[in-house]
Amino acid sequence: MLFELRDVSLSRGGRTVLDSVSADLPAGATAIVGPSGAGKSTLLRLLNRLADPESGSIAFRGRPLSEHDVRALRREVSLVPQLPALLEGTVRDNLAYAARLADKPLDCERSLSLAGLDPDFAGRRVDELSVGEQQRAMLGRALAQEPAVLLLDEPTSALDHDSRDAVEAALLRLRRELDISLVLVSHDPEQARRLGEWVVRVEAGRAVAAGPLGEVLSGPGSGP
Amino acid sequence: MSTSIHVTPGEVVASLALVVLAAAISFWRKADLERDIGIATVRSFVQLTAIGYAIKLIFEADTLWLVFALLTVMVLFGALTARNRAKRVPNSFWPLLIALAVAGASTLGLVVALGVFEATARYLVPVGGMVIGNAMTASAVALNRLGDEMADSRARIEATLALGASAEEAAQPTVRRSLRSGMITLVDSTKTTGLIFFPGTMVGMLLAGAEPTDAVRLQLILLYTLLGSVSIAALVATLLAYRNFFTAAEQLREPGG
Repeated sequence: MLFELRDVSLSRGGRTVLDSVSADLPAGATAIVGPSGAGKSTLLRLLNRLADPESGSIAFRGRPLSEHDVRALRREVSLVPQLPALLEGTVRDNLAYAARLADKPLDCERSLSLAGLDPDFAGRRVDELSVGEQQRAMLGRALAQEPAVLLLDEPTSALDHDSRDAVEAALLRLRRELDISLVLVSHDPEQARRLGEWVVRVEAGRAVAAGPLGEVLSGPGSGP
Repeated sequence: MSTSIHVTPGEVVASLALVVLAAAISFWRKADLERDIGIATVRSFVQLTAIGYAIKLIFEADTLWLVFALLTVMVLFGALTARNRAKRVPNSFWPLLIALAVAGASTLGLVVALGVFEATARYLVPVGGMVIGNAMTASAVALNRLGDEMADSRARIEATLALGASAEEAAQPTVRRSLRSGMITLVDSTKTTGLIFFPGTMVGMLLAGAEPTDAVRLQLILLYTLLGSVSIAALVATLLAYRNFFTAAEQLREPGG
């Protein structure tokens, strides 16, 4: 099992965000679905320890997260946030920074094309990019670290249809071409159907269902 | 530098005419500062009179222990004052206290060791006051900027942590800009000194009847000393304070948490 969550709870400012969540996330492509404010993004942030739960346990490949070196964990389990947040400079600067942190050789062209961006983007300044291009540059930056798992927080929520399709195509290609697992947060069950193999449904801070795509989200248009 | 002038209380009272003018301008143009001008006038009178007598006592006693005690109190009040300007920095008091103490001790220690000033109350008290005062302003400005920038850059800093960067690496651009804003004011005013304004020490010495060359040399020494103290204070304050935004597991703390 890639991730095992047991009775994970977290509150913020007196409000319960996650309430005793237990779920297994296998290798492959997992979609965490549910309405806005259900706690999906918070759950994702726990998986590479950008935050810690107040109670309960999370294991990655059978070992508790706290036993992993936190920085090594984050390079292996890379989170791409909902809104792009690149460093100043060019796209290449960003990819080089990420590759250096992970001690990986930089192959800018490959990382960008995997993320669905033309290699010409390497020399572009990040403040000249559209949000959709920045989002793909963020994906390319994460890929420059050659992670084993990509955590994607609503990767297309800020994008128009064309950009969304480009990002989704890039993610499907990643699954096909690399042995990389995806954990994707989405409020859109249709996107979960297109990208997910395994689905965890979260409502009001609780995991209400988890299982293969066909079992948890049956038939198109049935809603979350 | 042996000349000395005597200022009478009457002369001080006469200068209040300019305070009345300031209050009148505020009242006339509705700047709403009359009350603040009043408070500032009374506070400056009380505080400076009190410190004047304290310094007189310390000069007469001429023991380094009293000097040390006075400078310690200045560092403590400086840190408390600067903390109010750095409200968005969690637990900013200790970084500020250490920054002021280190800046004061190292700068004064160095100028004494280099033989620039004698280790006597007459030199250490006024120079120490300037050093600590300027260090306070610089570290307050630096931490004020740090608090604002950390709040504005949360998304970028967290995205950098998510790549496996350390807190130090993720905060580095923010810490650099904060250090810069703490230092830049004095650097800029040092550049224009003598052209656009005459610094206080030089003015004081000229008024007291000193030779202009002596006044200039002492002023230069103080400016260079202050540059050192301001840099040390801003550096120590930012380096100690940025860590307070992160947990031991390289996580960005929730605001106010």
